[in-house]
Amino acid sequence: MSIPIVDYLVLEPTPHLVAQECTACKAKVFGRHNACPACFNESFAEYEVPTTGVLKTFTIVQFAAKGIPVPYATGIIDCGGMDVAANITGVDPTPEVITRGLEVQLTTFPLGKDASGVEAIGFGFEPV
Amino acid sequence: MSENVWILGIHMTPFGKHADKDVIDLASEAALAAMRDANVTMKDIQILGYGNLTGGTQGQSLQKNIGQTGIPVFNVSNACATGATALRTGVMAIKAGEADYALAVGVEKLAGAGLLTGNTAAEVPENWTPKGRQGAIMPLDGRIGTVGMPGLFAQIGLAYNNSDPRADFELFARIAEKSHSHSTLNPNAAYQSAMSLEQIMNDPMISYPHTRSMCSANCDGAAAAVLVSETKLRTLPLEQQRRAVKISASIIATDPWTDGNQELADVNTVTRNASRDAYEQAGIGPEDLDLVELHDCFAAAELVHYDNLGLCAPGNAIDFFNTGATWRTGKMPVNVSGGLQSKGHPIAATGIANVWEVATHLRGEAGPRQIEGAKVGLAHVIGLGSTAGVHILEKSGL
Repeated sequence: MSIPIVDYLVLEPTPHLVAQECTACKAKVFGRHNACPACFNESFAEYEVPTTGVLKTFTIVQFAAKGIPVPYATGIIDCGGMDVAANITGVDPTPEVITRGLEVQLTTFPLGKDASGVEAIGFGFEPV
Repeated sequence: MSENVWILGIHMTPFGKHADKDVIDLASEAALAAMRDANVTMKDIQILGYGNLTGGTQGQSLQKNIGQTGIPVFNVSNACATGATALRTGVMAIKAGEADYALAVGVEKLAGAGLLTGNTAAEVPENWTPKGRQGAIMPLDGRIGTVGMPGLFAQIGLAYNNSDPRADFELFARIAEKSHSHSTLNPNAAYQSAMSLEQIMNDPMISYPHTRSMCSANCDGAAAAVLVSETKLRTLPLEQQRRAVKISASIIATDPWTDGNQELADVNTVTRNASRDAYEQAGIGPEDLDLVELHDCFAAAELVHYDNLGLCAPGNAIDFFNTGATWRTGKMPVNVSGGLQSKGHPIAATGIANVWEVATHLRGEAGPRQIEGAKVGLAHVIGLGSTAGVHILEKSGL
């Protein structure tokens, strides 16, 4: 048994992210919304976000709330025209490695089991 | 034609650690001094706009300590734009013809607060149960992005002008070098020591490319302003009219939808919209400004706002900074107070404190850091969420 960290991460048949796309103006957002923030239309369709993209900007967090492992790199990935906030994983979080324009792809990894043995699955983006 | 609004009295407490004072002591100090500066008392004030984001106090708590007169209080909360929002509340009341005198107060005790988004991570639950609008099964900070302000503004800075690679660690550190240099002339700043580029770059890294000295300084402080209608002002002694500062524009704007702005806050569009409206309201352009206090909550933020406020040609903020234009000796002095990185950032006080800084220069009362001959200035704040506040101020022509 496994469960994604957020419901916009879909694990089957292969891991991908699913956004909510406004049926009128095509604005794309993650998570439940009551109406479109761009045009106020009240209906959305699911939009499958491309699993590869380009890192537009980033930071390397060295100091965070106690209990959050540091350092880690995180940024905004342009996935086929939709911006996605995610951590950059699978590489050293240093400014020599993490650079604007880096080509990255979606990756998933286990985050631990809960009391009933269900495995949580997280996601990040790693260099292609 | 709605009423013009002027600043009749204004005050900022020294920013720093005030261990012996509580929030209301600081708010009272600012409010009483602003009223003394305006030669009014609580008896004259008809409306109070009050902001204290983290301290849990209301304007009513202030009234109970300086004068309970029964006037309406608007307790406002707009993140780091809280002070500007309190000021805007007073401006609106006077413009609406409901008051001749308004008092706006912003106060915060923040010394030693650490991360504004919390210093201890939320607990991971025992069982995975999807919660909230994204069905999260555990806290997301650090797992999907960061909620920390130093990291958010780092991303905003590194995205400048389609991710221009020249917007880099050293450039942002040189902006912080300017801030810390300017603060040496400001006796009200929390940090008044100059820092070399090397010191800044070798300071502990908080969120790359922001080291500690490139982040706004948590501190205690308050600021307050007494606003007056132009009609009332013209009945006051000439000396008061000469020292009064005109609010030529008062704008609060929120972030409109832009692609991706729910993934990373778009502080650019909201600032561009607010400054566009402010210049239109004031009937001036950025070329008319003699000084600017902008919201440099982090060094990278200052860069993007040069562009957002129209201080430079679009996309040209890096070259603009490199000419030295924004140093106090340059053609467009920015943050001669030392800015949030050195002067400090007691959140709700900031949006009035930056107006105090500009007004003090326009009055010719800024002492050793005076920008000579200043006639027009702009004060800008950003509250994440997001809100931009822009006030344009003009010296009295009398």
